[in-house]
Amino acid sequence: MPTKSYVQTNINGESVEFLAEPRQSLLEVLRDTLQLTGAKEGCNDGNCGACTVKMDGRIVCSCLVFGVEAEGADIETIEGMASPEGLHPLQTAFLENAALQCGICTPGFLMASKALLDHNPNPTEGQIRWWLANNLCRCTGYDKIVRAVMDAAQKMQA
Amino acid sequence: MKWIDYARPQTVAEAVQLLTERGDGARAMAGGTDLIVQLRVGRRQPDHVVDVKHIPDLNEVNTSGGGVTLGAAVPCHIIYNNDAIKDAFPALVDSASIIGGTQIQGRASIGGNLCNAAPSADAIPTLIALGATANVSGSTGERSVAIEDFCTGPGQNVLGADELLTSISIPAQGANSGARYQRFIPRNEMDIAVVGVGASVTLNNGSFESVRVSLASVAPTPLFVTEINDELAGKDVTDENIAKAGEIAKDAAKPISDMRGTADYRRHLCDVMTRRVLSDAITRARGGNVDAH
Ligand SMILES: Cc1cc2nc3c(=O)[nH]c(=O)nc-3n(C[C@H](O)[C@H](O)[C@H](O)COP(=O)(O)OP(=O)(O)OC[C@H]3O[C@@H](n4cnc5c(N)ncnc54)[C@H](O)[C@@H]3O)c2cc1C
Ligand code: FES
Ligand code: FES
Repeated sequence: MPTKSYVQTNINGESVEFLAEPRQSLLEVLRDTLQLTGAKEGCNDGNCGACTVKMDGRIVCSCLVFGVEAEGADIETIEGMASPEGLHPLQTAFLENAALQCGICTPGFLMASKALLDHNPNPTEGQIRWWLANNLCRCTGYDKIVRAVMDAAQKMQA
Repeated sequence: MKWIDYARPQTVAEAVQLLTERGDGARAMAGGTDLIVQLRVGRRQPDHVVDVKHIPDLNEVNTSGGGVTLGAAVPCHIIYNNDAIKDAFPALVDSASIIGGTQIQGRASIGGNLCNAAPSADAIPTLIALGATANVSGSTGERSVAIEDFCTGPGQNVLGADELLTSISIPAQGANSGARYQRFIPRNEMDIAVVGVGASVTLNNGSFESVRVSLASVAPTPLFVTEINDELAGKDVTDENIAKAGEIAKDAAKPISDMRGTADYRRHLCDVMTRRVLSDAITRARGGNVDAH
């Protein structure tokens, strides 16, 4: 009888343990085992970016990572973005610029946008569109998302 | 997805031993961006996934001596952020920066792109153009394989069940050399090449000393068009000769028609893209700058 694997990892700065079948994706583990349902499943094949999380400093599609690969890793999810003091400036900018409609793509866009601004605090529109090409949105037409990221970048620099 | 076992070896020897013991039941995994999708849809059904990206040797990037040896599991983002690679091998940056998007590039390796052996793989024509070799370890020892001999069919390569790709070696490109990879897609990013072309040239004053051109998405495996070198070596760098290369690429291609394009359209693209890519490679050989994308 196959057994589950024991995994010790770090999520949003806290040590977390879980049991997972090796075939389970990190996305499944986050959502179904750890009840961290911020990361969404859109396509389950790496195209839509709705499942984006940060793993050891890089954003990845958590649907294309096995949960057991999280052993010893540092993972950041959308649940760690706001602080007790309030929303992250990107979250505020998404609200103020109406950069979401149904919202299913939003956690992924926020995680990806935050990684962009961490690495390049003042991106051009072209750089934002290129960086966010791994995130799909069926509702907004992207313009408002791009404007929200530019707005947040400006406010975070001020 | 069916049940799999997962192992995370720390050395090449340990990985080779796992692959040898499990035979066809095991598959190596680097970034998993091809493999996990294939497991999910049942296209590959190993019992055992051997995660090789924690083996230190497979993560090394060694740029001493003018060439580069890339560990098999090095992901795209490391490649396009490495100054020595950007400087000496911009064509590798061309490929690494268009494989998927940011999230995919955080995991996808050039080694995985090669081993997956897709006809459309964006790194393979570049590796062929640069004259790279694949370094392989197996239960009976090590061997090296020229990249143009590595893929044997769609999704198939020369590796035995006990063998692991450990690294890819790209030789130093001489002075007056330049290379370029470009693909044609109907979008700006995140799509599969309708046609891709990798080319490297070495110039001698106003003429071609050597030319290596390889095409993606026009045959069951990435195609190395040696006839272009036969025609161009020793000839002057002229628009007319570049146009000849385009014609030869067009004739060498054996494309199929599918939803991305008809065979005729692909042949036409081979001509156009070969001319563009050669012109960019020439610009780089002369010290000029061509942006990756
Ligand atoms: C959304 C999305 C977009 C993509 N876009 C592109 C694109 O634009 N262009 C492109 O070319 N590809 C694209 N791909 C495919 C894929 O990302 C690339 O082929 C990538 O380079 C594979 O690398 P990996 O490390 O993830 O390979 P893996 O998935 O880990 O492995 C791929 C194959 O190689 C074998 N393998 C891996 N490492 C070794 C080794 N060391 N020894 C022996 N066998 C090994 C595995 O068993 C498997 O069969 C895309 C994939 C996705 C999901
Ligand atoms: S659910 Fe992971 S990329 Fe779409
Ligand atoms: S807001 Fe609905 S998919 Fe983006």
